Amino acid sequence: MALSLLMLQAGPAAPPPLSPADTVWLMVSTALVLLMTPALGFFYGGLVRSKNVLNTLMMSFSALGVVGVTWALLGYSLAFAPGNGFVGGLRYAFLRGVGLEGGGWGGTPHLLFMAYQGTFAIITAALISGAVVERMRFGAYLLFIALWSLLVYSPVAHWVWGKGWLGTLGALDFAGGTVVHVNAGVAAVVAALVVGTRSDYGRKALIPHDATYVLLGAGLLWFGWFGFNGGSALAANGTAALAFVNTMLAPAATLVAWTLLDAGRLGKATAVGGATAIVVGLVAITPAAGFVGPMGAMAIGALAALPSYFGILYRSRTRLDDSLDVFAAHGTGGIVGAVLTGVFASAAWGGTDGLLHGNPGLVGKQVVAILAAGAYSAVMTAGILKLVSLAIPLRRAAREEGIGLDVVQHGEEAYARGEGALLVLDPPRARPAAAPRPTTLSPAEGA
Amino acid sequence: MKLIVAIIRPEKLGETLEALYRAEVRGLTVTQVQGHGGELERVETYRGTTVKMELQEKVRLEIGVSEPFVERTVMAILESARTGDVGDGKVFVLPVEKVYRIRTGEEDEAAVTPQHTPIAGD
Repeated sequence: MALSLLMLQAGPAAPPPLSPADTVWLMVSTALVLLMTPALGFFYGGLVRSKNVLNTLMMSFSALGVVGVTWALLGYSLAFAPGNGFVGGLRYAFLRGVGLEGGGWGGTPHLLFMAYQGTFAIITAALISGAVVERMRFGAYLLFIALWSLLVYSPVAHWVWGKGWLGTLGALDFAGGTVVHVNAGVAAVVAALVVGTRSDYGRKALIPHDATYVLLGAGLLWFGWFGFNGGSALAANGTAALAFVNTMLAPAATLVAWTLLDAGRLGKATAVGGATAIVVGLVAITPAAGFVGPMGAMAIGALAALPSYFGILYRSRTRLDDSLDVFAAHGTGGIVGAVLTGVFASAAWGGTDGLLHGNPGLVGKQVVAILAAGAYSAVMTAGILKLVSLAIPLRRAAREEGIGLDVVQHGEEAYARGEGALLVLDPPRARPAAAPRPTTLSPAEGA
Repeated sequence: MKLIVAIIRPEKLGETLEALYRAEVRGLTVTQVQGHGGELERVETYRGTTVKMELQEKVRLEIGVSEPFVERTVMAILESARTGDVGDGKVFVLPVEKVYRIRTGEEDEAAVTPQHTPIAGD
């Protein structure tokens, strides 16, 4: 059933018996959603220049580590432990009391529910990286996502899914349109503004180094998204099937609409555009997946193409270096999806009736949820980045940006050919300040 | 006539091309090359294997120019390709014995003097 109905009080009521089918589906869904973060890494990695692809991939992969840990230690408790309307308490800190019994979420083990929700926290933090690629200092990024996951993601998840004030208000968010996508999209804009533009932005053509990775990443995101939306039913039931099918149909409609827009504007259907369309469609159906019928899902998918398509065209002509258009894909797609959930939601399919079914009030609640999550995310993201900047500079020097962050941050190259590489048997711990030049390369001295 | 050969940092190519364009230098060849100019080598680690990368990615420009263009071409490259760190590269000015433009058969100064080339539809 809808996540907004979650009852997470560890009350005296006996926990529901475990359902094998529900448990299996939630385990599979957890693995599917976990895969979305590496997929996002490849989606983003293909869009950057080759000298930054490892760094971009690592921004996603490292969230699997950092946010996975913060979630288990504290984040899950702040989101889902009983607390007030704003934030959860500390009852589940360090996963105390998170066992194998079912609970208000259904007949699946509490620990598994925690892990499933953790995969959402991970990808939400990783989404923001698309706005700061190719110049943000890696250490500052890690500290930022650790704090952001605890101070922004967990409270907003609590508002909507943890018996917080937005869930109580009656705003619908099936699988995270507001919690994940509006939240990350707004944080991305703020992060791009605070970190600043890439030094080459607006002066050089910064084009994707491998569009095939972009398509591969989009395909894997779509695959993983069946767990993101289908799994959000938290049971193997009809609602799960509805969300699952809508996850197939909505991006299909977005892809068709986007291709037509491309064909109309350029006369060519671009591949990077197609990959972007898939992500936009997935984002847009996320809040609605279990609340609308299949035709409503396709309408949401097709309509979502328009603002994101023109948003990307507009953004790239501004000085806002949201480098990989996180806001146009996730912010805009999330907002459109959340509003249209208020339009197309239908009690017959398991939601609350929306505008088309005679309940215009739901649209208002959806807008309140979007504004609240967006405003909170914007203010907190700016504050956290300022805090991090007191400890670590947020970005690399322009000269290091020129070299590329793969070498500067990770000491590796994505496409190393090994030419001119000399094997070092005992690497010095610190780089010697004035190493004598070897004379082995005299023929190339002129270079 | 001179052949100007410049080895520069790849990340400075955009700025250098822009400076050459502003100096009205037209017609050049760009090659990606690897080389070493005395900069500190990078240490990279892949699992247990640590390597020193002796060769750096560089870009090589070749520009054939007439005498009046030599100085402005060199100055444009010096000003645009410089970062101040070791490894910025070199500019070589080489004498040229003979130049032919393949399309017209023009020789020497005429062959390295840019012409307005009509584009289809112009």
